[in-house]
Amino acid sequence: MSIAVEAPLSFPHRHLLGIEGLSHAEIEGLLDLSEEAAKLGRQINKKRDDLRGRTLINLFFEASTRTQSSFELAGKRLGADLMNMSIPTSSIKKGETLIDTAVTLNAMRPDLLVVRHYAAGAVELLSQKVDCSVINAGDGSHEHPTQALLDALTIRRHKNRIQGLIVAICGDILHSRVARSNIILLNTLGARVRVIAPSTLLGAGIDRLGVEVYTSMREGLADADVVMMLRLQRERMVSSLIPSQREYFHFFGLDYDKLGRAKPDALIMHPGPMNRGVEIDSNVADDARSVIREQVEMGVAVRMAVLQALARNLPNQ
Amino acid sequence: MTAMQTHDDHRRQHKPLALVNARLIDPATGLDAFGGLLIASGVIADLGMHITEGTVEGAEFLDCGGRTVAPGLIDMMVFAGEPGHEHRETLATASRAAAAGGVTTILCMPNTDPVIDDVALVDFILRRARDTALVNVHPMAAMTRDLKGEEMAEIGLLQEAGAVAFTNAKTSVANARLMRHVLAYAKDFGALVVHHLEDPSLAQDGVMNEGEVATRLGLRGIPTAAETIMLERDIRLVELTGGRYHAGQISCRASLNIIRAAKARGLPVTCGVSINHLTLNENDIGSYRTFFKMKPPLRAEADRRAMIEGLANGDIDVIVSAHDPRGAEGKRRPFAEANDGAVGLETLLGAALRLYHNGEITLHRLLDAMSSRPAELLGLGGGRLAKGAPADLVLIDVELPWTVEPEHLCSKSKNTPFDGARLEGRALVTFVAGRPVYHYG
Repeated sequence: MSIAVEAPLSFPHRHLLGIEGLSHAEIEGLLDLSEEAAKLGRQINKKRDDLRGRTLINLFFEASTRTQSSFELAGKRLGADLMNMSIPTSSIKKGETLIDTAVTLNAMRPDLLVVRHYAAGAVELLSQKVDCSVINAGDGSHEHPTQALLDALTIRRHKNRIQGLIVAICGDILHSRVARSNIILLNTLGARVRVIAPSTLLGAGIDRLGVEVYTSMREGLADADVVMMLRLQRERMVSSLIPSQREYFHFFGLDYDKLGRAKPDALIMHPGPMNRGVEIDSNVADDARSVIREQVEMGVAVRMAVLQALARNLPNQ
Repeated sequence: MTAMQTHDDHRRQHKPLALVNARLIDPATGLDAFGGLLIASGVIADLGMHITEGTVEGAEFLDCGGRTVAPGLIDMMVFAGEPGHEHRETLATASRAAAAGGVTTILCMPNTDPVIDDVALVDFILRRARDTALVNVHPMAAMTRDLKGEEMAEIGLLQEAGAVAFTNAKTSVANARLMRHVLAYAKDFGALVVHHLEDPSLAQDGVMNEGEVATRLGLRGIPTAAETIMLERDIRLVELTGGRYHAGQISCRASLNIIRAAKARGLPVTCGVSINHLTLNENDIGSYRTFFKMKPPLRAEADRRAMIEGLANGDIDVIVSAHDPRGAEGKRRPFAEANDGAVGLETLLGAALRLYHNGEITLHRLLDAMSSRPAELLGLGGGRLAKGAPADLVLIDVELPWTVEPEHLCSKSKNTPFDGARLEGRALVTFVAGRPVYHYG
């Protein structure tokens, strides 16, 4: 039995390389399919056979805990044969190029390849060299499409819509693939997207991406329906993009004072892993309005939906 | 010359004070009129023709004898010694020197020991000034940690603590990427970045202006390009970031041209010049007189002329004293080994008035560059004669001749390049928040 039968979906793509290029209907379709998968995830028997006989390879050139395990679980629930490959330690050091790795893997005849890479554009490059479907699990500071989908699913489950919501994305916009994918997706679905960060973490021309730009949390959070925090990486201080952790928290950390500017029922989100006390106050992270744990649950559902949608376009179906 | 310690006087001073029979000059509005000014509760309560000895009841009077009452001077570049260099200057002595020079607000530089790069240090300066200083003191904080030019300082927290501007003191941030980040980040807080202009590699080993005089003296020169290259770079970064930028001191015509062009393009760029570069040139060094050694170095006469021209037309926004007290031990050395720097708080006004008496600049523009304009750049309440403004005032005798006698300077250090100079015009009485903190004679 296939979930797709219950939720008809037109998804005429071989790969999922980004949110860029997806239509409103395609995104909504994936979210509907994810909703079904979420229901399945709460059943005692979570097993499906959509991907039985298919080979799924998790190819991670950059360390990841939650995204990799989320894809692993999604693949296993759909019955795929799954292999995890973490590359940082092996091929790169031996000097093998990305394309050589792709060609080698392709020879093993996988059906689906989930790829994370530290360089923007690397996943797309790899997709051009293989015969299977490729899913971008994050490429540099470019895109992280399944994260944006799981964020949208989480929002939709609580607000019943995306259209017209004010979503504030706060923190290291410059380096965030999560921010880029979310900006595109939320705009496609008709949300009002704001970004809030110090100028050094915004990125040039960000205002041309369809967002309202703020450098003050108090202003940017006013009347927000959703507050999406991003992780701050320590190396941003070393490169002097911001002065210190304490200054960052004082001006850009989400605490109850700043959160008070948002709507009273604003959702609090974070893609994880969180730095408590750096970008988010520990109590705020655990507040009743926080949906951070639900985001993780929806992550598995969204990845199941994406695997299903792409599997239907695989050859020999 | 006495500076009055007036904490007790202040408590006793209940009555309003009327300055009558004065020439009121307010550079902020262009006001130049005879009349009076009423001080009550530390602010200017009223001013105009109608304030005379006969019209204000219950007030004390000071007959100004037709002399000038203007906003107290605001000096954007003062090294005040604390913490760590108390043998050169303290906030108490610097503020006495300021009061004697008609200066009612000083911005103190962060190149102290430890460096003012932490909120606790800003707090220390503010408390220390409250307890010991006669004039208003605002700290400028370091824009990079420990002034090393490697990591950005906590600009937001420092501003909240009371830092009014950010600077790397007497060094330039050579790293363009860091400078970009500082300008971009400071912009979010509306903070002013005040930068010293000296490319460290070009200025290396240099001790005076590069040119014929340096060659004759056998001293290593600092080319004007060391200043202009840094200034050009900074302006490109201002263009990139939109940050508010103030060149602390410019010293040559080429820099003036760059500033003028940047302003014409509408960039948020301003600049200052030191009183030394307006009134002295490289020839004053004579036979290795170390009191004329400073950074940027005194330049050629043509550059000095350009500074006056830029000041007169407003391309140069402010005049600073660049007050930098140095002990004899640092100055009585061979020129190349001697410390840079000159004291200037007490001679700032008198030396500046030279330009007025020479007919090179109007009294209004001169006072504007030392009060209204810096107040505007820094967002300070003073620098103007207006109802409700703080009564930070100076009574000036524009014509009074006097001689600079280093032993009578209030500053702890006596390294003045105006040693023995005959100046015309000075502060007679200085008021801070309505109370007199200095009387001449």
